[in-house]
Amino acid sequence: MFTAKRGRLAAVAAVAVGAVVALAGCASGDPLDSGNSADEASATLVIGSQDYYSNEIIAEIYAQALESNGFTVDRQFKIGQREVYLPEIESGTIDVFPEYTGSLLQVLKENAAGGTADETYAQLQDELPEGLSVLDMASATDQNSWTVTQAFADKYSLTDIASLADVTEPITVGGPSELQTRPYGPTTLTEKYGIPIAGFTPIEDGGGPLTIKALVDNDIQITNVYTASPNIKSDSLVALDDPDGLFFADNVVPLVSDKVDEKAADVLNAVSAALTAEDLVSLNSESVNDELSAEKIAAAWLEQANLF
Amino acid sequence: MNLFQDALNWILDPANYAGPGGIPVRLVEHLVFTVAAVLMACAIAIPVGFLIGHTGRGRSLAVATSGGLRAIPTLGLLTLVALWVGIGLGAPSVALTVLAIPPILAGAYAGFEAIDRSVIDSARSVGMSESQIVRTVEIPLGMPLLIAGIRSATLQVIATATLAAYVADIGLGRFLFAGLKTRDYAEMLGGSLLVILLALTLEGIFTVMQRLVVPRGVASGRTPVDRARSARPVPGMDPAITKGTH
Repeated sequence: MFTAKRGRLAAVAAVAVGAVVALAGCASGDPLDSGNSADEASATLVIGSQDYYSNEIIAEIYAQALESNGFTVDRQFKIGQREVYLPEIESGTIDVFPEYTGSLLQVLKENAAGGTADETYAQLQDELPEGLSVLDMASATDQNSWTVTQAFADKYSLTDIASLADVTEPITVGGPSELQTRPYGPTTLTEKYGIPIAGFTPIEDGGGPLTIKALVDNDIQITNVYTASPNIKSDSLVALDDPDGLFFADNVVPLVSDKVDEKAADVLNAVSAALTAEDLVSLNSESVNDELSAEKIAAAWLEQANLF
Repeated sequence: MNLFQDALNWILDPANYAGPGGIPVRLVEHLVFTVAAVLMACAIAIPVGFLIGHTGRGRSLAVATSGGLRAIPTLGLLTLVALWVGIGLGAPSVALTVLAIPPILAGAYAGFEAIDRSVIDSARSVGMSESQIVRTVEIPLGMPLLIAGIRSATLQVIATATLAAYVADIGLGRFLFAGLKTRDYAEMLGGSLLVILLALTLEGIFTVMQRLVVPRGVASGRTPVDRARSARPVPGMDPAITKGTH
């Protein structure tokens, strides 16, 4: 009996120690480190994209444009959020990535000044790490915004963010967890504009259907929706004006490595020159509402834009 | 950088204990929400399980249904329900209840089935009514397996209840999502450790409970339970008695 009990105790202890060792093991390494593979055939350009459908469409446009100009490309799409892929680009595993000027700047320099589209672009060029550069930016933007329903905006005659201070009912902010701590988050609304915020409701689908439904159902009153979202039109939402530049301008821009030569840069710059804000909304709409693949949407846009 | 150490520091940091988003509040929310979901599942699964166990009918249907329920991805179900009823506690409640039903249902009917048929036959032969048999014989004898089912359901729910934070401001899942999204991996791991701690605590409570619910007569005898059904139906007996035999 005694030995059986001790045996069991030993087994429990062994499992416990094993668990701690295993946890410590996975905790001490960098969870996002995936090794290096920088020195591959230099002829192939690796194109990455975020795990965001709109970003993937732009990446696919880059890929097809480069392909029709004789480049070999390797598509590494849907990598995830900026936190995940930025180290990959810096280590040289990815050569071309569709980015957004303001959001990228804020990651590279936490207390960046921001400003207009051109100011943001200029600051971004200064902050880029060695070996990386941005090509010309497009006029297309896809930026964060404080968004309300048309009905809510009409009720309180809302036009810009500051006018939210006139709202007399409690305002609940909804959105993904990170929104709560972002520089343009609920705290700033209260401190800068005196807007009373009743609470924060987490909805973790990143401005997806659950967030839109919560807004339309009036479960939440404001949320962060990307300005190129087709939902703004299809669900009658209003992105409030941001005259003070609370959100940075987020123009679409290709982030590239040294491996992108002048010829490839010309191709990408031609794409950026043609990509307008309206184009981006309709590209997104084709994905969300018509459920077309990124490949088809990109091919159709390149043809219609008369590129390559 | 040792994340594990950081996570422990995060758990021990007094700053994380204050206010409506502090660790104690989240722990209580998580626990209450878990208990509520398990109780809802119990309210559905136990009566159905007892009925199946007592009559011996519908077992294959129950096995197939609960097998199907087990295969439903909880996040998918949660999103689907949330698109229908909106954000808040409704969708996670439904999803977690569905998650908890199969083990409890299985525990309820398996507890009845594991009883030696001769015990039930003798209860019937001394003149007990069907409801008496259920209340005084089958439920007490089946209790250990039922508690085991509830235990396994609770463990699943307590880990999965982190998903409630996907659409509602509740529970320890808030630390996981917030930590993940803001690259605060210490917070994320710290939140996970709290979930593990909570699960282990409940496991301990259930272990004690499982011992306590064994009827005194069974506990003192502790003869190996003969799981076989009564081998030969006694001729001339009421057919209802042999219903449990296969």
